[in-house]
Amino acid sequence: MKRQICNLLRIKDTAGVHPPQHKLTAGTVIESAPLPDRVTLLMKQHSGAPAKLLVKQGDIVQTGQLIAEATTFISAPVHATLSGEVKQISSVVHPLTGELTTAVTIVSDGADNWVETVVVDPNGLSREEIIARVQRAGVVGLGGGGFPTHVKLQPPADKPIHTVIANGAECEPYITADTRLMIEDPERVVSGLQIVMRVLKAKEAYIAIEENKPEAIARLRTYLTQLDLPHVHIFILKACYPMGEAAVLIREVLGIEVPAGKRSRDVGVLVQNVGTLAAIYDSVACGKPLVEQVMTITGMVTNPKNLRVRFGTAASHLITLCGGVKPGGDKLLFGGPMLGIAQLSYDSPVVKAVNCILVTQSIKREERNCVRCARCIEVCPMELMPLMYYNYVRNKSYDRLAEYWIETCMECGACAYACPANIPLVSYIHIGKDELEKQKSDD
Amino acid sequence: MKSESPSNHQPPLLLSPAPHLRGRTSIERDMYIVTGALLLPVAGAVYFFGLYVLLMLGTALISAVFSEYICKMMRRRVFHMDGSAVVTAILFTLTLPPRTPLWIVVIGAIFAIAIGKEVFGGLGQNIFNPALAGRAVVGVSFPVHFTEYIAPTTSWLGDGVTTATPLAVGVTPHWDLFIGNVAGSVGETSALLILISGIILIATGLIKWQVPLFFIGTVAGFSFILGQNPLFHILAGGLMLGAFFMVTDYVTTPLTTNGRIIFVLGAGILVVLIRLFAHMPEGVAFSILLMNAVTPLIDRYIRPRPYGYRGRKIGVIR
Repeated sequence: MKRQICNLLRIKDTAGVHPPQHKLTAGTVIESAPLPDRVTLLMKQHSGAPAKLLVKQGDIVQTGQLIAEATTFISAPVHATLSGEVKQISSVVHPLTGELTTAVTIVSDGADNWVETVVVDPNGLSREEIIARVQRAGVVGLGGGGFPTHVKLQPPADKPIHTVIANGAECEPYITADTRLMIEDPERVVSGLQIVMRVLKAKEAYIAIEENKPEAIARLRTYLTQLDLPHVHIFILKACYPMGEAAVLIREVLGIEVPAGKRSRDVGVLVQNVGTLAAIYDSVACGKPLVEQVMTITGMVTNPKNLRVRFGTAASHLITLCGGVKPGGDKLLFGGPMLGIAQLSYDSPVVKAVNCILVTQSIKREERNCVRCARCIEVCPMELMPLMYYNYVRNKSYDRLAEYWIETCMECGACAYACPANIPLVSYIHIGKDELEKQKSDD
Repeated sequence: MKSESPSNHQPPLLLSPAPHLRGRTSIERDMYIVTGALLLPVAGAVYFFGLYVLLMLGTALISAVFSEYICKMMRRRVFHMDGSAVVTAILFTLTLPPRTPLWIVVIGAIFAIAIGKEVFGGLGQNIFNPALAGRAVVGVSFPVHFTEYIAPTTSWLGDGVTTATPLAVGVTPHWDLFIGNVAGSVGETSALLILISGIILIATGLIKWQVPLFFIGTVAGFSFILGQNPLFHILAGGLMLGAFFMVTDYVTTPLTTNGRIIFVLGAGILVVLIRLFAHMPEGVAFSILLMNAVTPLIDRYIRPRPYGYRGRKIGVIR
């Protein structure tokens, strides 16, 4: 309450931008997508080391079978998302990073035979057993980061986590996957949150939702009242992009900042996307490996939908299920319009942490000279001066970028959205960070 | 991989970096909002000083836009009708005496655009406010024509009665100053009309309310300390026009709101000092131009404290 009053009294508005929401599928019930006839599974669907392949061409696999194992601590295993035959092992372009990545193509036998899963009561499991089950299931952060979840559940002993924030902000336009999940499955989200709290011995938890999702807020509120959980609160965020970035979320909810160069665990906070929490529940209570995720297929498609999609499915299969591309659509994005990665082909396979497939129309606007309007400074959620990066990158004075804390930038794109001169500031920042890195390695 | 095209007629996919959504802002939009807001003082000027004002405005507009076009051609750059030359031309005209000869208008407008803006690299690169640079140059070069201010007239194209401005004389009823029914430069006499267009700019988010408020506040406070009538100093001369349209210029003022407040504190003090102690009745133009020169320095000292640096010193750019 005190925090909310402080928020209200803050003289400066919350920085950020307010793009049109276009939540076309906010009222569309999540459906399970009919299974594709083949999937292409990448060995790197998470941040960290790629998984090591365990199958060879011609092997018969079942849904949920381990096909690649994690070799290091920061890595995650990969499971078959269809039952059938391993048809091909090849190198494909990673849809998010653009790097060549080993991939396994599995052709479906049409049966979707699952490996045996063990259903247990999570309350009977020890901390170590819970973490092991999360790790074995290949759970990674599904909000976009893809960071292996078991790593986040094992903070260093001297840095205990006291607060868990369930991130249900979903501040990007178009995407409704998390909102629908909170409306339709609050049980799994809250159970996952309770598991995380128990593992970390966290005292407080907040489920953070933007104010423009009243249905999700009401549904979770009702559910929490039934359960009577005194330490789980709902925190209503202002609707504003990029509210869902972990650093911004921590400042909004707790009123604290993560010091520069530190991570959220250093201030005793863990931020976990609501979709990940549901996946944690599935992996711990049902023993179910992470093979699917709710995705919003939207934009310039005939029938936008929220679909439960198996990883490795080609975007074209999902777009066909949504009635195909409307005339004019010439860009395919994995992710929302602010952070999404443009795809080379409709055949791109979805990977873990892709929560949206957006077909959109390209905008062609001419880049002009900066007029120093300072809108980029006003909207920057990290309170940086993005136009300085533009100036210094254009002058090739890369060493000066650090004086303006370029490493603090998380490339949310709010500055580029707000720029009246259409300067692609994120691209300049990208170049600047790369060049600065090069200079450092040269020294 | 098998190609499974979602429909038969697929256009090729385009690649581009994020973000894929852009706001509905543009330089043109900003400039034409300012132009729209300026129409009110322009209308007031025509009402008070006659149709000759429109002749001056038209001359300034044509000279400014045409000289920008020539400069862009000479620099082999693309000419954009982005409205910045229009804003400069209108602002420049509003600072001139009501019967300025047209040849002076032409010289001032060309100087404002060519020397005030384009030699620095065009919009966004200029150090000094182009309109004020043009005004300062013609004011210093042809001083005779800048002492002849006429009283508001009913004869729309006629010569009018030459008189001194309130700042030169020092006594005029406040109500006349507020409405604009006094002798003075074309667009600066009516505080009321400028206030209304200023509110339009604040409401559309183009300028921050702090900037004009602190500017006017500084002038009022400092003139009061020096034993002057603060209300007179606010309403007389070009202060209101400067407060809403000159010290709020993006290009030539600091980047942060705090930096802009420091800018207007300095400009406000200079206005009063020039008005009281220099050999000129009016000081708004020169005080802003002087502070324009200090803008890069202010930007080095005043920077926002970024996320994650709470409680830490952030230092100064050398």
